[in-house]
Amino acid sequence: MDTFYALLHGLTIAAQPLNLVYALIGVLLGTAVGVLPGIGPALTVALLLPITFKLDPAGSLIMFAGIYYGGMYGGSTTSILINTPGESASMVTALEGNKMAKAGRGGPALATAAIGSFVAGTLATLGIVFLAPWLVSVAVNFGPEDYFALMCVAFITVSATFGDSPVRGLISLFIGLALGLMGIDKLTGQARLTFGVPDLLDGVEVTTLAVGLFAIGEALYVASRRHLGEEKLEPVRGSLWMTKTDWKRSFWPWIRGTLFGFPIGALPAGGAEIPTFLSYSTERKLTKHPEEFGHGAIEGVAGPEAANNASAAGTLVPLLTLGLPTSATAAMMLAGFQQYGLNPGPLLFAERPDLVWGLIASLFIANTMLLVLNLPLVGLWVRLLAIPQPWLYAGILVFATMGTVAAKPSVVELTMLVIFGVMGFLMRRFDYPVAPVVVGLILGPVAESQLRRALQISLGDPMVLLQSPMSATLLGVALLALLAPFILRGMSRFKASED
Amino acid sequence: MTTPDIATERKPDKAALAIAAVLLLLALAIFWDTHTLELAPTYGLGPKAMPYVIACGLAALAVANAVMAWRGAFPPRESLDHRAIILILGGFAALIALIALGGGFIIATAVLFTATSAAFGRRAIHIDFGIGLVLGVAIFLLFDKLLTLALPAGPLERLL
Repeated sequence: MDTFYALLHGLTIAAQPLNLVYALIGVLLGTAVGVLPGIGPALTVALLLPITFKLDPAGSLIMFAGIYYGGMYGGSTTSILINTPGESASMVTALEGNKMAKAGRGGPALATAAIGSFVAGTLATLGIVFLAPWLVSVAVNFGPEDYFALMCVAFITVSATFGDSPVRGLISLFIGLALGLMGIDKLTGQARLTFGVPDLLDGVEVTTLAVGLFAIGEALYVASRRHLGEEKLEPVRGSLWMTKTDWKRSFWPWIRGTLFGFPIGALPAGGAEIPTFLSYSTERKLTKHPEEFGHGAIEGVAGPEAANNASAAGTLVPLLTLGLPTSATAAMMLAGFQQYGLNPGPLLFAERPDLVWGLIASLFIANTMLLVLNLPLVGLWVRLLAIPQPWLYAGILVFATMGTVAAKPSVVELTMLVIFGVMGFLMRRFDYPVAPVVVGLILGPVAESQLRRALQISLGDPMVLLQSPMSATLLGVALLALLAPFILRGMSRFKASED
Repeated sequence: MTTPDIATERKPDKAALAIAAVLLLLALAIFWDTHTLELAPTYGLGPKAMPYVIACGLAALAVANAVMAWRGAFPPRESLDHRAIILILGGFAALIALIALGGGFIIATAVLFTATSAAFGRRAIHIDFGIGLVLGVAIFLLFDKLLTLALPAGPLERLL
């Protein structure tokens, strides 16, 4: 009953006229930016972060909720209409969705994605409402050693367990951790890795890193491969509306996708690709129209799209209750909190329930707004997709730079931005995952201070990490997650050597 | 073990070996910086421990990366348009120089816009510079006047 009351209170905050306007602006901006090809939800949030600099925390977080869901929805529109998924999680949507668009069924594909996102988003947000307070009550008893162990799990699963190559994933993570060292050490005031440059004392800004890696990296990558051919924009032909059969064929995939997406997203492990792939293969097995798969089957859009959205909402559970970002997008959301000096976790639920529950309530509102706005506005979004590529990327780079210039207009900061851009380009070219860098930068310093706090309490005895049952278990899980891909790889070496 | 010819050609992968070298340099830089850190005594784990751990991890991963490069274990890469990359990075260099020397946000923006759109194959430099200027003015008015975020000012900005 407490939860219900808290949610109701959150709704009264989110439903204030000004906050509704913020949510609406967030949804519109999120979709508009997310729909641009090559821009995933994480970059959408990073690019729009400067806009919220001057708002109060509540308004800004509510706008963020809108940007988050809007960016997700915009991304799926792009995958369906041009087959350039902004992130790996919407790759599956592009698989069948783009085929549907090519066959002249782009309208129903967009509709099932939109309604599926709404269904999944709403159910998953309900999941947050019921799961979060419970997790908070567990997390209150966590000591610093438990937090440190939990972060180790997140580090390993985000970088090594689910990627193509555990070594490349770990390299990305360690680059992020190294960047996180830069600046003044919070516990002793020592300057580390600043090499005498005063601009580096504040450390690396998360937005600078994210914008450099995602926006500039992507622009360099696309420009360098332009001569290899461009993806074509599929016009939306025919009716936008789903037929009765479309509804029937979409309904259960939505539900199943949500059931895959939310629990996997809510685990402190990340990896939105897994539920989308699981959902795709399940729908493929269960369908009554197996011949349509690979040629534009609506189940193959409905299921993965719901799974993707539900897992994105699921990542908010570890983010809000434990302060643990498990995706690049969640890391950007955490940066949004940090710009107000707010640290998500059990304490935030106790100290600022208005903020947390206002944010959760506005997720419902943003979801509903998206459903109402997006189908009628689809013509507008398609027109955004038709911006000529040179202007589009030139515009993206201008906005990307503007964010950094507005936050910190120094030569050092801008140079770092460009260096991160080159890094993002090289990482794409050599197939290093990008998200672990962002997670490492933002979570590394937190993990370090938790570890040091734990050892201060234990007077330097490292056994404290193994004496707490929770922390010992979690460290075991982390070790297992680190070794699993190597063991599995050894077993499938025969298969790997064939391709 | 039989491997296709393409894979044998790419072995050892020189670019990936260079990445391993950069990673190793990064590890050494962290090691050296931490080593020279002068410390007041602290209880428990000091600020030096974590950098050492990360430097060791990076060094080990650099070796692993080098082994992978040696075996040609990186996915195949496509050919590269160097001109596009140079144009975009040149645009950024000009932007940084303009902002550092007080040329202002709007002109810097226009230069970056023109360079990027040229990198994506546009030839109409004058038109693109014009569009960049208009975009710069619009952003400046929106952010500087409406949201009161300070953007670097130059001669053009002072006129507005």
